[in-house]
Amino acid sequence: MSEYPIHDNDEAEELAPLPLPLDAWHRENGGRMVPFAGYLMPVQYDGPGGGIMAEHLWTRDNAGLFDVSHMGQLEISGPDVEAALEALLPGDISALKPGRLRYSLLLNEDGGILDDLMVTNRGGEFYLVVNGASKWDDIGHLREHLPDEITMSHLDEHALLALQGPKAAAALGKMGLEPAMPGMPGLEELKFMQAASYLWEGRPLGVSRSGYTGEDGFEISVRGEDAAAVAGALCALEEVRPIGLGARDSLRLEAGLPLYGHDLSEETDPVSAGLAFAISKRRRAEGGFPGAERILGLLADGAPKARAGFALEGRMAAREGAKVFSGGEEVGVVTSGGFSPTLQHPIAMAYVDAPHATDGTPLEIEMRGKRLPAKVVPMPFVPHRYYR
Amino acid sequence: MTRYFSEDHEWIEVEGDLGTVGITDYAQGQLGDITFVELPEPGVSVSKGDSVSVVDSVKAASDVYTPVSGTIADANAALNDEPELVNSDAELSGWLFRVTLSDPSELKTLMDETAYKAFVESL
Repeated sequence: MSEYPIHDNDEAEELAPLPLPLDAWHRENGGRMVPFAGYLMPVQYDGPGGGIMAEHLWTRDNAGLFDVSHMGQLEISGPDVEAALEALLPGDISALKPGRLRYSLLLNEDGGILDDLMVTNRGGEFYLVVNGASKWDDIGHLREHLPDEITMSHLDEHALLALQGPKAAAALGKMGLEPAMPGMPGLEELKFMQAASYLWEGRPLGVSRSGYTGEDGFEISVRGEDAAAVAGALCALEEVRPIGLGARDSLRLEAGLPLYGHDLSEETDPVSAGLAFAISKRRRAEGGFPGAERILGLLADGAPKARAGFALEGRMAAREGAKVFSGGEEVGVVTSGGFSPTLQHPIAMAYVDAPHATDGTPLEIEMRGKRLPAKVVPMPFVPHRYYR
Repeated sequence: MTRYFSEDHEWIEVEGDLGTVGITDYAQGQLGDITFVELPEPGVSVSKGDSVSVVDSVKAASDVYTPVSGTIADANAALNDEPELVNSDAELSGWLFRVTLSDPSELKTLMDETAYKAFVESL
């Protein structure tokens, strides 16, 4: 852990992807390492059971272990920290109880999305997990806008693991985690969007029941020096295999979850993005978050565009950037697309003009000069199976 | 019959003036699980280096370039139902298309198997 600010933009750091705490562990386990968000990350694992398709299906049926240590882990505390965060996020942070987390958005003055994140009330402080590719900008934005008496720590020596799938709870249950403090819930009591601290063989773990696959599962914050021991113990269980970034992307797409930098950007507002649920009721009534005027107007009047899900006929996938047509009229653009391993046909997310975003609307997506028949379908494409 | 390889990881096996083209086993391993192959239409004339086919994996779409000029003679229709043949048998039943060569001298610019192996190891 180190106190912000210490990030210097030296050129070597900008150019060479950095190894993360589990680098050697991934290589020992057949991880195919690629540069991602400034780090070297496993896109998939080679060997039996490896490959994006097999890893994806394994996670849907068993439990997959993902290394997401590229993401930014921040601790924020200080006087009136709830109000300070509410000046930057549209969530009802004051109503977030200790041991609870929620999805929120870092917004710019126009209501554009700077990043999407998870915020956990850890009791004395708020713990934020932000996207890897945007974390340095987020840290700068937060430091610039948070009052000086608010302290922010970047847990840049912590790893972050995600254990996801219908057997995740059984697998983590076998590890024998002990609540770190009296009064904290046992692992089996933890429900979706709840968090607590545990000890595993004396090592502290911050665990939340959450994830990015649509499955039940956990996200585990662990000190970098303990990460390989935790990952190794989990993957020694018969239910668990390591899963790369490739399957992480296809799983989150099936779950209908947007990916920042693709489905969300500074040009996207939360209403068009289908993320109005992140604007809490009290905040809608009171405003006082960045871009409130515009966003409340979009909530009242409807947004001109909407993020919609598409099922495609045939097997050719629509990719990011493909245009969406209604007859001769261009009505939208694909922001994520690929072949769904679970459904065995291509799926996509696209921003389309609102009148064309109704479920069942037949449209066409242009790929390499061909018009692919596609239909608006509800998201998630594959039902969520959270533990509530 | 002689087999040649390109730096773009295509193989071509030539018999008379007919060449059968596919992607190499190394290439399929890099692409990962293949979910769809867009095949060229027979009768289309192509120039060496043209993108004539696309291989879709879960991850991304990749162009396949013809290693020689000529006319597309045939395409592997089995891949319409079983694109995964390109993963399981890239250098045999997972072939993509056949091309009638218009300039066999272009083959001289390609590698033989030994040279291709050395090329892959150098990557």
